[in-house]
This record gives sequence, C-alpha cells and structure tokens, in this order.
Amino acid sequence: MSMPQARPSPTLTASEDADLGAALSARVAEAAARGEPLRLVGGGSKDALAQALSGARLDLSGHRGILDYAPSELVMTARAGTPLAQIEAALARSGQRLAFEPPIMSPASTLGGVVAAGLSGARRPFAGGVRDAVLGVKILDGRGRILRFGGTVFKNVAGFDAFRLMAGAYGCLGVLLEVSLRVAPAPQTTLHLAFEEAWPRAKARLEALLRRPVPVTGAVHDGAGLLLRLEGPDHGVRALAAELGGVVDNSEIWEALRQRRYGPHQAARLWRVLIPRRADTAELEGLAEAPLLRDWAGAEIWLASEASADRVRDAARRIGGHAALHRGARAGEAVFPPLAPAVLALHQRLKRALDPAGVLNPGRLYQEL
Amino acid sequence: MVAPVLDRFDPRLDPMPPPVDRRTLIARLERVLPREALIHKTEGMRVFETDGLAAYRGMPAVVALPANVAEVRAVLKVCRELGAPVVARGAGTGLSGGALPTPGCVLLGLSRMSAILEIDAAAGLARVQPGVRNLAISEAVRPLGLFYAPDPSSQLACSLGGNVAENAGGVHCLKYGLTVNNVQGLEIVTLDGEVLRLGGETLEAPGFDLMALITGSEGLLAIVTEITVRLTPLPEATQVLLAAFPETRAAGQAVADIIAAGLIPAGLEMMDRLALTAAEAHTGAGYPLDAAAILLCELDGAPEDIGADLERVRTICEAAGASLARIARDEAERERFWAGRKGAFPAMGRMAPDYYCIDGVIPRRALPEVLDAITRLSDQFGLAVANVFHAGDGNLHPLILYDAQAPGELDRAEALGGAILELCVAKGGAITGEHGVGREKINQMCAQFTPEELETFAALKRAFDPEGLLNPGKTIPTPQRCVAHGAMHVHAASPPFPHLDRF
Ligand SMILES: Cc1cc2nc3c(=O)[nH]c(=O)nc-3n(C[C@H](O)[C@H](O)[C@H](O)COP(=O)(O)OP(=O)(O)OC[C@H]3O[C@@H](n4cnc5c(N)ncnc54)[C@H](O)[C@@H]3O)c2cc1C
Repeated sequence: MSMPQARPSPTLTASEDADLGAALSARVAEAAARGEPLRLVGGGSKDALAQALSGARLDLSGHRGILDYAPSELVMTARAGTPLAQIEAALARSGQRLAFEPPIMSPASTLGGVVAAGLSGARRPFAGGVRDAVLGVKILDGRGRILRFGGTVFKNVAGFDAFRLMAGAYGCLGVLLEVSLRVAPAPQTTLHLAFEEAWPRAKARLEALLRRPVPVTGAVHDGAGLLLRLEGPDHGVRALAAELGGVVDNSEIWEALRQRRYGPHQAARLWRVLIPRRADTAELEGLAEAPLLRDWAGAEIWLASEASADRVRDAARRIGGHAALHRGARAGEAVFPPLAPAVLALHQRLKRALDPAGVLNPGRLYQEL
Repeated sequence: MVAPVLDRFDPRLDPMPPPVDRRTLIARLERVLPREALIHKTEGMRVFETDGLAAYRGMPAVVALPANVAEVRAVLKVCRELGAPVVARGAGTGLSGGALPTPGCVLLGLSRMSAILEIDAAAGLARVQPGVRNLAISEAVRPLGLFYAPDPSSQLACSLGGNVAENAGGVHCLKYGLTVNNVQGLEIVTLDGEVLRLGGETLEAPGFDLMALITGSEGLLAIVTEITVRLTPLPEATQVLLAAFPETRAAGQAVADIIAAGLIPAGLEMMDRLALTAAEAHTGAGYPLDAAAILLCELDGAPEDIGADLERVRTICEAAGASLARIARDEAERERFWAGRKGAFPAMGRMAPDYYCIDGVIPRRALPEVLDAITRLSDQFGLAVANVFHAGDGNLHPLILYDAQAPGELDRAEALGGAILELCVAKGGAITGEHGVGREKINQMCAQFTPEELETFAALKRAFDPEGLLNPGKTIPTPQRCVAHGAMHVHAASPPFPHLDRF
C-alpha cells in the first residue's frame, strides 16, 4: 500500500526538536476512518525484529525533543522520536543513565522504538526492564485520539497501568508520542571480571553468588567463559572483585554485547530464547551451530540455529521457556512464540479496545492482531 | 474509629448490574461450594461489611470463601450466569474501599487460599496463593538469607493478592520497587472461568504485558489465584540517619539534594511537626520536638559504603539547614527511630477522635510548595493536617484530623482530602501512590483523566469483563459521575480548584 499523494506524511528531516503530535493525530484518525493500515517507523532499526511489515509508513522520527529532565526527580520525559543517543548523552551529563540498558541496534534508534520493542540489556535481571522504567506515556490510540496514562512520578496507581502495557507492544496498541522514564544514578565504580570456565562451572558460581547481596549488574557466558560486570558503591565493588579475582579490561566486549554484535549475535538465523535461568540447556545446545551466548545470568539465550521453528520452540517449551526469531525468519514462520488460545483471545480483545479499526501495525506482533 | 454508615452507590451514576434473586444465588453457590465456604447470615457477614476505609459500609448478598482455583472458577461461573457482581477481598486492609461490598454482590474472600506453594532459593522465586500475608513470605525465606522487598506498613496483615490488586508499595520501594517490579508471574481466573498463566519462571513473557495490566487493577479485571514473586538477598548492613529541620521547606530541599547527589536510600521518610509530636508522645522514639520537620534516611549495603554515604547525607542535610543530623547509635536506636514513623498513624488517635489518610503523589521538587498549600487548605477547611511522607518517592500521606461525631466534620474532611488530591494532580502528580482509587477516590479520577482516557480504561475492562460484574462502581467513574462531580464543584460556595475541571 502506498501513501496517498494528497496528504504527505508528517515528517521532518531536520534534526531539530519538533512537535508533530497534531499532524500525527490527524493522520491516524484519517487512516482509521478509511481502515487503512499504518506501519509505524521510528529509527527503523528494529524492522527485522517483527513479522513482515505492511501498511502506509507513518514516520515518527521527526517528533522529537527532550521535554523535561530534572536530575533530582530521576525522571526524563521526551518525545518518542528522540534519538536514544541524545537521551543517553543528556543523562550522562548529569551522572545518570537508563537502568535497563537498551540495546543499541543502530545510531538511529529512537526512544519510541526502544520502548515499543521492550528490549532490555544485560542489566535486566538486576535492575529491571523497560516495563519497569516506564512511568507514563502520551499516545495516539487507533482513532488518533491523544491519551495520557501514568505520569512523571514513580508511584502512581490511579487507573490501570496502560502505560506499562505499551512497553513491548510493538506499537500495536498505540502510537507512542511521549514517554516518561525512570532513570538511575550512574554507579560510583565499575569493574569487569572474566573467568575462563565452562558453563556448568559458571552456572554453579552464579548460583552461589546471586544469593548474596552483591553488586553484580551483568553476567554473560559466551561459550568460552563467564563475564561479570560489577557496578555500585566503590567499596562493595572492590571488595567483591578482590574476593573473586579475574579483573580484566574488556569493556569493549560489553559495548559489543550492547550493540548486539558479539559472537552468535551475528548469525544469519538467530533465536532469542528466554528460559528459567537454571534450566538444562542440553537440547538447545544440540540445535546450535555455535556455542550459546547466555546473557541475563543464563536466562536469555542467543542461539544460532538453522533448525525449524517448531524444533526450536518445542525445545524451549520443554524447559519452561519460549523462543523468538531475532533474525532470519523463513516464509510462513512466526517471529514471536505462540500464545495460549485464551491469552491470544484476550490480546485480540485488548487490541480492539485500543485500536478498533485495526490500523496500528497490524500483524506486526502476531498475525491475529 | 466511629463513623457514620455511608453507602453512596447510586444507580444513576454507577454501573450497577440489575439485581439478582438472592435465594437463587445462594442455592446455586451451595451446589458448587462446601457448606462451610458460604456465609449468608447477617451476623457472619458483618466483618466483611467494610475494609480499612471504615467510614464506607455495605452488605454483600453472600460471602464465598473458596479453598482452591477450581472453587474460584465455579463461583465466577455462577456469578456470570446469573449476572451477579463479584467483589474480591484479601485481608480487607485496603484504604480506598476497594473491597467494599457493592449492593447485592458475592464477596469473594481469598483468605483460605493461604499456602506458600514453593520456595526456590536458587532461582530467587517463591510461588504463593493470594491469601498469603505479605510478611509471611519474608519470614519464610529469611533463614535462606532472602526477603520479599515490597513492605507496606500493613505487611503483618495484608495479603499478596491484595498487594497485587493495589500494586502496593512500602517504605523500601524507592530502592527495591513496587509490587509490579517484584512479581514475575500470575495465575488469574477470568469471569468466564478461564484460568490464565501470565509470566512465570522466565524474566519476560511473550505478547502484551498482561501481568502489568492486572497489577494494580483493583479486582476489576480478574481474580488473582497465584503469584510468583522475586526474592531479594538481605542486605549486609542497614543504617539510618535522623535529621531535624527548623522549616519543612528545608527538609524538602534536602530530599531533592540527596537524590540529585546520586544516592538511592533504602528509605527516605519525612514527618512534619504535628506528626512527629504525636509519634513522639505515642512511642518515645527520641525525635527532637522543636523541629518543624524530620527526615529519616535509611541506607543499606556494604558497611563501609553505608558509612561513607551517610556522611554525604549528613553534609547535604546540614547544607540544607538541618539543626541536627544524627546516625542511629545502634540497632536499638535504629528500631526506635522507625517505630516512631511506623506508629505515626495510630499515634493520631491522641490528636483527634478520627483521622483520614490521604495518598497523593507529587514530583519531589514540588514538595515545599505543596506543603505550604496544604497548610492553607487546612486553615480554609478548619481541620488540622499532620503530614507523613514517603518523601523519597514524592508520596504524601496527609492525615486529616476530625471528629466523626461532630456534625459535618466527616464531609469537611472528605472535601479537604479531595482538594489536596486535586492539588497533587495540578502539580503534575497523581491522586494515589499506593492505596488505590477504589470507591474513595472515584470522583478525583475525573480530575486526573480526560473523558477519553476514562473511556479507554472502561474499554480495557470490557476486554476482560464484558458484563461489568467485577467490582462494579469502583476505580473507573462513569461519564455521568464525572459530570455530576464537575457540577458539584461549580456550585460549591468556594470551589477549591475550579480551573481543574476540564470538562
Ligand atoms: C495501617 C495500614 C497501613 C498501610 N500501609 C500501606 C503501605 O505502606 N503501602 C501500601 O501500598 N498500602 C498500605 N496500606 C493499604 C493496604 O494494606 C494495601 O492496599 C494492601 O495491598 C491491601 O491488601 P489486602 O489483602 O488487605 O486487600 P483488600 O483490602 O482485601 O483488597 C484490596 C483490593 O484488592 C482486590 N483484591 C484482593 N484480593 C484480590 C485477588 N486475589 N484478586 C483480585 N483482586 C483482589 C479487592 O477487590 C480490593 O479492590 C495500609 C493499610 C493500613 C490499614
């Protein structure tokens, strides 16, 4: 489907701050009236992470700018098209950061894309994910109406958490216009450790370590060894490093991990498998073309495998997990793990509640949505 | 607390399902539940008439106390078939009338489902039934060096199901998060009797974050029948600092400065003169009585780090104008400092026959200004207000002192409470930080949200509960109610915030 000539897409290419809310609202309302599907595009860096894209392009990258940021509030509010890089730079100037460590898939990544895709980095098990950081949103619903949910305060239980629902919804429930995120102080001290040991040993080490109140904020096994990152108050970090040994200077590996270009990340057909962190992964290893990359202390597995979707998904399910195709889906393969029928039915009813005409990213998350 | 009986459900303003024949309802429930699981004599139902908001009362048609998921399903199926409203209840400590029975409802009490099903220390998870008390989890896992972080002051009594339904917070949530941040899986039963598992042993689940939607949904979307919570390792050490300020404004400044300095205290609480005076008289915590406000700042972690950080907190407080900044000498003194804060609510009994606890949230930077405004409102309404805050996260608990026996005082207390909440909204905050909307704050929802936003909440509810049988008349006001509330404002002699009426 192509964009009608009469109404150009409300896009600005200039890198200045701009409020395109009204134009975007009109565009969505018009699409809803005509039943014309829209394909929401922020930086376009996550296009590969979802089902086949269709519909007229709705470019959100021009709707940008940081709206409010006071370090004492631990909250930043910005328009959804604001580049992630700009947000992180502003936070860094005040000694703060995003606790959930969003992956940097491209310099074009926008705040809206990060929140819509709901992707969190290595700090996820230790500092929470995107959904934990989102405090409020301003969205366009599927009728183009501007709605605000949540706010700019950490504690807020007025009404349903419709704002958290937007994290990871891939734009299927609303067009993100603004997001307020909880931010965190950057740590006093960071140290990286590495241990050349196979996964079973590393797993046992982690199991003992994570039962203690330790300043660990990253635990990755790359097939060859365990990489640990310690962050926090100076004394606690140094004391733990002294106890464990293995201090190295490998911050470039952590950077590569964040940019999703470390080892198996580069496979042509790549699975992201979430599992209970202590599950037995022998069957997944049997399907792998390269050693598993285990992030999130073992709970997030990056699996390079040409095996069929059914085989990988069954293997994941047998250990209480679920697998998404991060890259290299074949024709007819669903990207995201299937939902139980009753849960899917609920998803469909929620989609209809927020987007009755079904125009926002139809089919991007699931065929049925 | 003595208070008049208020039953304000109004079929013109609230979505009330048509009445169901009570005898039929009981007869149908008797077929699916054992005899001892049903209460329908008035005397037996008395304890279920009210929750922690004792001024509001109502009688259910019948009380059902299921012992397992199958029984919950069966009750919900009967209710759906007959069109009977269902109000869930945990421990009944809620402060917003969430578990208040609506007329003719089945009160679904979950207190009998109170088993801790599984503790997996290595995974850092526990699986529990909804009737488990909050503190019971921490007590059970303490020998393993773990605790369940969200700690509402009611933790001795309140249930995990109620915590999930309210997204409960606590003194330590600035550092450790709210209920929503500490729950990893839920089992819910929908009104049509489907049992759904959301999340579980993996850190994230595919699809929409339904777990987040259910958390804080106040019994309007589904019944929570099982919860998987995350457990946190107990900190190595904990220390608290008490700072006293000659002005509340200075205390507010110190709060902002502590956070801006990059410190995340485990707890950061503030009390004003009236609150600390009452608390001191009640518990003898050792608070300086000449202060206008005190701060309690708790840090946890490695002992050496806490020591260094507490020194930084002390310096910040002194720079903000503290007349005293003292670290608790030992564990006994630390406990005394906290006992004063925790006893602040009951301590109000010394100041007035009744008190009404408000639960607004504001951005931290608005603290000094909002405190001044509350003082003005207190004068205007002629009722004293003691202020207790979770200052670290901007959550205010103004306690309005009144006498329910004095004609008109309860109404005045409620009007003052409403005005304070609308002030919070005007400052960019929210009408509730942890106690929920329930029945109590349903009118203030009209100030916080536009008609389109409220309609969207209603649409989300319909996606789960098309007939509107789960906790009707709570949390989401109808358009008619907002119109009526708006009209009341305009006609009042001195409308507190006329500019807030957006429609
Ligand atoms: C002295 C005191 C101090 C308090 N301090 C705090 C505090 O520090 N922080 C805080 O957040 N709260 C606090 N509260 C409020 C209250 O304790 C919390 O809201 C608590 O979470 C309610 O739990 P409950 O089991 O008593 O729930 P109830 O009062 O029984 O119910 C609360 C709501 O949850 C719904 N519900 C209950 N169980 C379920 C279920 N299984 N499935 C679906 N819906 C359900 C009910 O319908 C109702 O809407 C305090 C209350 C008191 C009396």
